[in-house]
Amino acid sequence: MAPIGTLHYLVVAAALFIIGTIGVITRRNVVVILMSIELILNAVNLNLVAFSRLYNLNGQVFAIFIITDAAAEAAVGLGIIIAFFRNKETVNVDDVDLLKW
Amino acid sequence: MTPVAPTFFFYFLSTVAVLGAILVITRRNPVHSALSLIITLLALAGLYLMLYAPFVAGVQIILYAGGIMVLFLFVIMLVNIEQAQREYVFNHQWHVGVAAGLALGAMLLFVYQKGSAIFPLKPAAPPEPMNTQQVGMVLFQSYLLPFEIASLLLLVAIVGAVVMAKKRV
Repeated sequence: MAPIGTLHYLVVAAALFIIGTIGVITRRNVVVILMSIELILNAVNLNLVAFSRLYNLNGQVFAIFIITDAAAEAAVGLGIIIAFFRNKETVNVDDVDLLKW
Repeated sequence: MTPVAPTFFFYFLSTVAVLGAILVITRRNPVHSALSLIITLLALAGLYLMLYAPFVAGVQIILYAGGIMVLFLFVIMLVNIEQAQREYVFNHQWHVGVAAGLALGAMLLFVYQKGSAIFPLKPAAPPEPMNTQQVGMVLFQSYLLPFEIASLLLLVAIVGAVVMAKKRV
């Protein structure tokens, strides 16, 4: 088998990115949509750390910042979900239609 | 004799990660999706270890799998209603969504195949024995301002999440 190079990690990251994107577009449960967004962020992290192996440490530092941002975004997003669930008793994203015509 | 352990571990960890990701988006119960995401995050931490990034792997396990996913599970316990599990899992446009996602994946693989000659076959940088120390030096010297802004962002996120999730009095 070919030795594991950077391209192998990039293909794995692309697969995770595609699966996360399909999860965001396709699912109805809003918590699962947030989890698919975390999948996308992890795919980007894998890309950054794979490239950091070739160059200097900037990729790993940026990956740490992305993990921090993901924590903040997950906290705020889940707070929004709780606030919405308190009013409307549903986590179905098709029912978030208060601003529809 | 060619070393076979890195190849085996890479394919094992990446298969676990991709399978966990597929389970995340296809399970009906959101608790099962959260547990599959934890498995994916742990497999990704193993892949970071293979890329000689032990600090990022540790941060991934402690923060992501041990913090963010626990938060997800708490919120799933708060908003999980039994009636949601008897409805449809995917929405009406899942055919278009999967087609668009696969088209994007095909484009990405095409770009990788076209540009595969620019990556050196052997990674250039040697594995660092003091990765955590060097990441700390880079964080506190070159990236000091983004570090402080990240802590400010976390403060804003904490205040925002508490304000949004507390009961109106």
